[in-house]
Amino acid sequence: MIGALTLLLSGAIQSGTSVLYGVYGETLCERVGVLYMGIEGSMVLGAFAAYMVTSETGSPVLGLGAGMLAGALLALAHAYFVITRRTNQIATGLTLMFLGLGLTAFFGRKYTSIHVDGFRELAIPLLSKIPVIGQAIFTQDPITYISFILGPLLWFLIFKTRTGILFRGTGEDEKVVFAYGVNPVLFRYLGVLAGGALAGIGGAQLSIAYTHTWIEGITNGRGIIAVALVILASWNPAKAYIGAYIFGGAQALQLILQQQGYNISPFLLLMLPYVLTLAALFAMSKQKRQVMPEELKRVINN
Amino acid sequence: MKKILLLGMAVCMAAGLSLASCSGKKQESGANAAGSAKPVGIGFIFVGARDDYGYNQAAYQGSVAVEQAFGDRVKIYRSENVPETSEASRVLEQMIQVGATVQFPTSYGHLDPALDVAKNRKDVIFFHQGGLKTSDNLGTYFGTIWEPFYLAGMAAGKVTKTNKLGFIASFPIPQVLLNINAFELGAKSVNPAVTTTVVFTGSWADPAMQTNAANSLIDGGADVLTQHQDSTKTIIEICERRGVKAVGNHADASELAPEGWVTGAMWNWGPTFIDMAQTALDGKFTGSKYDGKFRGGLKEGVVDLAPFGKNVPPDVVVLVNNAKAQMIAGDLFAFEGEVKDQTGKVVIAKGARPSVDELETCDYLVEGVIGSVAN
Repeated sequence: MIGALTLLLSGAIQSGTSVLYGVYGETLCERVGVLYMGIEGSMVLGAFAAYMVTSETGSPVLGLGAGMLAGALLALAHAYFVITRRTNQIATGLTLMFLGLGLTAFFGRKYTSIHVDGFRELAIPLLSKIPVIGQAIFTQDPITYISFILGPLLWFLIFKTRTGILFRGTGEDEKVVFAYGVNPVLFRYLGVLAGGALAGIGGAQLSIAYTHTWIEGITNGRGIIAVALVILASWNPAKAYIGAYIFGGAQALQLILQQQGYNISPFLLLMLPYVLTLAALFAMSKQKRQVMPEELKRVINN
Repeated sequence: MKKILLLGMAVCMAAGLSLASCSGKKQESGANAAGSAKPVGIGFIFVGARDDYGYNQAAYQGSVAVEQAFGDRVKIYRSENVPETSEASRVLEQMIQVGATVQFPTSYGHLDPALDVAKNRKDVIFFHQGGLKTSDNLGTYFGTIWEPFYLAGMAAGKVTKTNKLGFIASFPIPQVLLNINAFELGAKSVNPAVTTTVVFTGSWADPAMQTNAANSLIDGGADVLTQHQDSTKTIIEICERRGVKAVGNHADASELAPEGWVTGAMWNWGPTFIDMAQTALDGKFTGSKYDGKFRGGLKEGVVDLAPFGKNVPPDVVVLVNNAKAQMIAGDLFAFEGEVKDQTGKVVIAKGARPSVDELETCDYLVEGVIGSVAN
């Protein structure tokens, strides 16, 4: 038996990690001024591709690569439609989400019964022995460890490098980037592709690292939640943890509460993650409008 | 750029089409082998995949049993992953057009679409799994799977070391609550100190939630887990990985947990499906026991106890098997009073044996279950 706090923390991280990758991915898309509602589709394609390749090759590393690629491929379709063909971003993203869900349901059927070993939890020596947080934070799968450092890394790339300024500039005012002599379309494509790849990793975490299962619709709306959580993170990858872990933590918390036998309806408890996410969005609603990338405002106001 | 994309899409679509037509062809050749007498078409639709180690696998195995029993005299049509929407009506309708005269819509939510089709297709007999509504040419069937759950609970109550059992459930509906209650009652009959902690995931198939729930229960001290989800694979594999014991549901999944498998409740649809198909083929549906609400149990062979795992002590196997024999003989009833709910209120009076209809209105958890169904 371990303490409730450890349980809550490790539950928050475990069920939050896939969402966290979704938030990273969507942040990159929106930073270049593209709203990608198809994150869920990239995630589910990533989950399936990772599972399929891991089961065929036995290598979770190759599986992870396939997950990234699959997530990026769907995002490429989105990029082509909305950047090159200028289709409606919301409609295109939603359609691609259903395309991803449909494709994987069709091709994934025979993998539902196949066992995949995938990635295992690795306890980090010494660190995992720290009371309470040790077991929660430092006994995770490799994809989760990568997610820990990815936030600051992406933040650094976007906010502290020259390329990052141009990258962000694409989402703020493409004319300025253009005037600087750089083609904003290039950055748009780059941002959306990278975003899709990250979402693909999130899906891979679900299928080959966390649940070791493939089933159609495994993402179950986690990609859609990720789109909402980007706002909570103020389009800043270093703050992506907040929303993802609030969501994951609420899920873990409601499971813990159910086990205490309090006389609360399980239906109410199951809503907790969504209610908490909404509450957090509400609490921060005023200040967010200012940090939203300008090009994105144009997309939404269209 | 544009051309590459278009080409890619065309290839994808072609691949999809050829796959679809291949599987269609395979079924066609099966029909041609039937010989002179025209085979009777029997259709099965499933809400999920046939190999989910769960509800759909059990129903699929039933369809295989029918195929084997009737051989060339029947032609089997199957469709998996049929959603519980008007899509189900469309699939049923399509199967009828190609020759199905007996239909098995096997998911709870296929009932309304099936009733729609049944209204206009009086020449087709429908057997729906788990429903509460019937019509002239549509009967429903189900099994009292809480019987083997009681027996599996006995085994779990014997093998637990922490006296804490875990139950990962989907929704607090009667069919699910009955299984949780039977599991705890069975466990308590052999081990008064045992409790069952239940968590509801609010979904039939969300592996991430299942994983979270299983880890949470194990970390909370539970050392035997069972479940009521559509696919049982994820949870059973976690049990094996984390070294706790697993009790299955729907289908025999012992191969997923060679060390930790205890036993499980499972469907045994084969004999019932064959009998139902025979009744329909003989034109004797109307007035038969399947013409309405049919409920079978251990005695009728509709449900069964899964094989025991290799690490279950022999005395436990003997104990549970004896109880199973008593249950079949009618000497043991899972919900025989007195049964109290969580608040200590008597819900089944001493000595009473509620009917299946009465039980299927269950909205409480019994004493010894930790969890809530507060509405």
